[in-house]
Amino acid sequence: MILVGELSLWVALLMATWGATVSFAGGRLGRSDLVASGERALYATFAFVALASIGLWTALLTSDFSLRFVASYTSANLPAVYKFSAFWGGQAGSMLFWCLVLSLYSAIAMFANRRSNRELMPYVTGTLATILVFFLATTVFRANPYSRLDWIPPDGTGLNPQLQNPGMAFHPPNLYLGYVATSIPFAFAIAALVTRRLDAEWLGAVRRWSLVSWLFLTIGITMGMWWAYVELGWGGYWAWDPVENASLLPWLTGTAFLHSIMIQEKRGMLRKWNVTLVVATFLLAILGTFITRSGVIESVHSFARSEIGSWFAAFLVASIAVTAFLVATRLKDLEARAELESMVSREAAFLYNNVVLVGIAFSVLWGTLFPIISEAVRGSKITVGAPFFNTVNIPLGLLLLGLTGVGPLIAWRRASVANLKRQFAAPVAGGLVVGAALFALGMRDGYALVSYTLAGFVATTIGQEFVKGVGARRRMHNEAVPVAFNRLIGRNRRRYGGYIVHFGVVVLFAAFAGLAFKKEYDLSLSPGASFSAVDPYNRTWTFTSQGVSRYEELNRQVTAVVLEAKRAGMNPTLIKSEKRQHVDSRGVPTFEPSTEVGILESLRQDVYLVLHGVSGEETAEIRITFNPLVWWVWYGGIIMALGGLVVMWPQATRAGAKRRAEGGYVVVMQPSERPRVEAGV
Amino acid sequence: MVRARTKFIVGGALVLGAAGYLMASAIGETGIYYLTPGELAAKVKGDSTFYNTGVKMGARVVPGTIERQPGGREVSFSVTDGSQIIPVTYHGVIPDTFTDSVDVVVEGRYNRNGTFVATTLLAKCASRYENAPDKYQSTPGYKAAKGPSA
Repeated sequence: MILVGELSLWVALLMATWGATVSFAGGRLGRSDLVASGERALYATFAFVALASIGLWTALLTSDFSLRFVASYTSANLPAVYKFSAFWGGQAGSMLFWCLVLSLYSAIAMFANRRSNRELMPYVTGTLATILVFFLATTVFRANPYSRLDWIPPDGTGLNPQLQNPGMAFHPPNLYLGYVATSIPFAFAIAALVTRRLDAEWLGAVRRWSLVSWLFLTIGITMGMWWAYVELGWGGYWAWDPVENASLLPWLTGTAFLHSIMIQEKRGMLRKWNVTLVVATFLLAILGTFITRSGVIESVHSFARSEIGSWFAAFLVASIAVTAFLVATRLKDLEARAELESMVSREAAFLYNNVVLVGIAFSVLWGTLFPIISEAVRGSKITVGAPFFNTVNIPLGLLLLGLTGVGPLIAWRRASVANLKRQFAAPVAGGLVVGAALFALGMRDGYALVSYTLAGFVATTIGQEFVKGVGARRRMHNEAVPVAFNRLIGRNRRRYGGYIVHFGVVVLFAAFAGLAFKKEYDLSLSPGASFSAVDPYNRTWTFTSQGVSRYEELNRQVTAVVLEAKRAGMNPTLIKSEKRQHVDSRGVPTFEPSTEVGILESLRQDVYLVLHGVSGEETAEIRITFNPLVWWVWYGGIIMALGGLVVMWPQATRAGAKRRAEGGYVVVMQPSERPRVEAGV
Repeated sequence: MVRARTKFIVGGALVLGAAGYLMASAIGETGIYYLTPGELAAKVKGDSTFYNTGVKMGARVVPGTIERQPGGREVSFSVTDGSQIIPVTYHGVIPDTFTDSVDVVVEGRYNRNGTFVATTLLAKCASRYENAPDKYQSTPGYKAAKGPSA
């Protein structure tokens, strides 16, 4: 199986090369036989990459340590689930995983378009095959998971304990699924540019793929934050580390695209901009992989410095050159079909949303690359850290949050004053009430107050939209509230799914603002000693050390401290934090010691305990952190992902289409304008 | 009547201008030099204001120089880039990955006594997520052994 897998990798590379060549040739010469051959070649590429992947999984699960990759990332006693996930734990495997996902996506995209978008497809296939050639070649020649050791170790060296965590098993594949999905819209954009078919047609084909990418990136980033929080023990979930930023960048431009796409669909505007965003999202995904894998930028995530960096840099430059050339030669075809009519219109709100999202993306990119830029320009490396990103992005983020509430409230083309008054009354009141209430309760942090006021505003906006929609359905169809609510979402998934995503954003911002009230205490506690601390809600906690214990457990030596946490109105609870030294079967320490944090979770705040070390016999050196509203980050991420699913959920059944045609329209009557009919997707 | 497009461009320029201003001032205020020990030594020689200025230094820990104080929150060690050795003291959370020969990034100030007083310590091990199997090769008796699937 392993030999089959290794050979399959080579065959897949040949297939992809053939597919790229004949697809482009077929499209250029208008020969459908070549086009068909190219598509078959890409299906075959998927089959062979799948074989190569099954081969590697077989090697991992059967612990074939003759492969360097298997010996480097697993050991015989590793639980099967981590043997399975070790596939993407190392560089070579993650490259193969990228190929697997890209060839799978390509096959799905080709199958879905086997009868549609035929003029575009030769170039779509050709572009995807070209990307596959790059990734397969990099895998085969630079990071081959099938490379062998010249001897066979008795056991592998195991997976880093910090990676033995469910979050780590699922966080990377989600990010990859998101990164790779940006390739399909990119391929369609290239095809549209080559064929000069730049109307909304290609956008229809890529909208769902952009959503797939957005959804997986959202899930992947949220899981990454959760993993960092529970596993790394520094008390936070986002450090503006280059690798974290790398995953955020395509998410930001992808989000901008999902908004601006609506303007092109409805108004024929922003044609250049949309092409640019699709291309930028793909390039940022490649850049992200490059940053993660090449080690050009100092990062705590730095993986082994590797030889694939220069290949990625070359690919990046080539992609930029090709798309820049295509866009430059097709500027005429990209002229807008309509013009912005008023600053007080939904178009304008969406445009500002795009400006802000891209502004954030640019500042994050700038900050991430600044060490390289400053070294090139001024000769010395200057780094920027969290203060830079926070200074720039908190105001921009708040502006974005505000726009999240404004967008849905104003009409397309041009909003009237009456429309504005009626739409904005409740949300503005809602926001002010929230802000005033928090101020009265004693909140004095400026940014936090603004955040919560805006959050209240946006939340009321969303609530108002749902109430209005449900009310309209009840009047028109005589439905009960829950039925009307369900059908409202079901018949107009794109709009109401979007509102659910926005609600997730509100929850997320509420969580971020909570960071302003984080409190930290560093202390030494001998057994029986107590420490009193005040939490952000002004409640007093007493922590009493129950002593330090040392014991052996499974494959590790553990040093643990247990604290009893007490607060008025709560039963005393124990929190435990551990230092773990993993050992192998001979009792020899493997890896560095790792910290297991203790977290007392609640919706209001987490009490986060980290054992730093032990002085003397039993005096624990610890840090206690009160982290307000951390859970809201995970909930916000989950709500956003659910909203994304609602938007994406296929609606294409014939019965469904008929039902929609018969009565699924939402008609929003507004006195100041003609009735607006919004069809379901 | 000014066209909406013009108004939008003005508004957008204002937003981006403000963001640009924030970026520039934030870099000025919070951006710090990232130097190797050799570069740091050269800098202070040329310009003594680099003493006691916040900088970041990336280097490798000299094996055998780590002295941990009891309690696990204070440590002193030396780092080098091959050209210059600089002693470092650090008080704070010591990361799990901090050991001999790892690459570290320390942030802090270089004082006139020639000691780097660090306020943050990041340890990044090239093998952090990758444990080379070759370590077994140096273990007697292991090299000749055959693996399970051989």
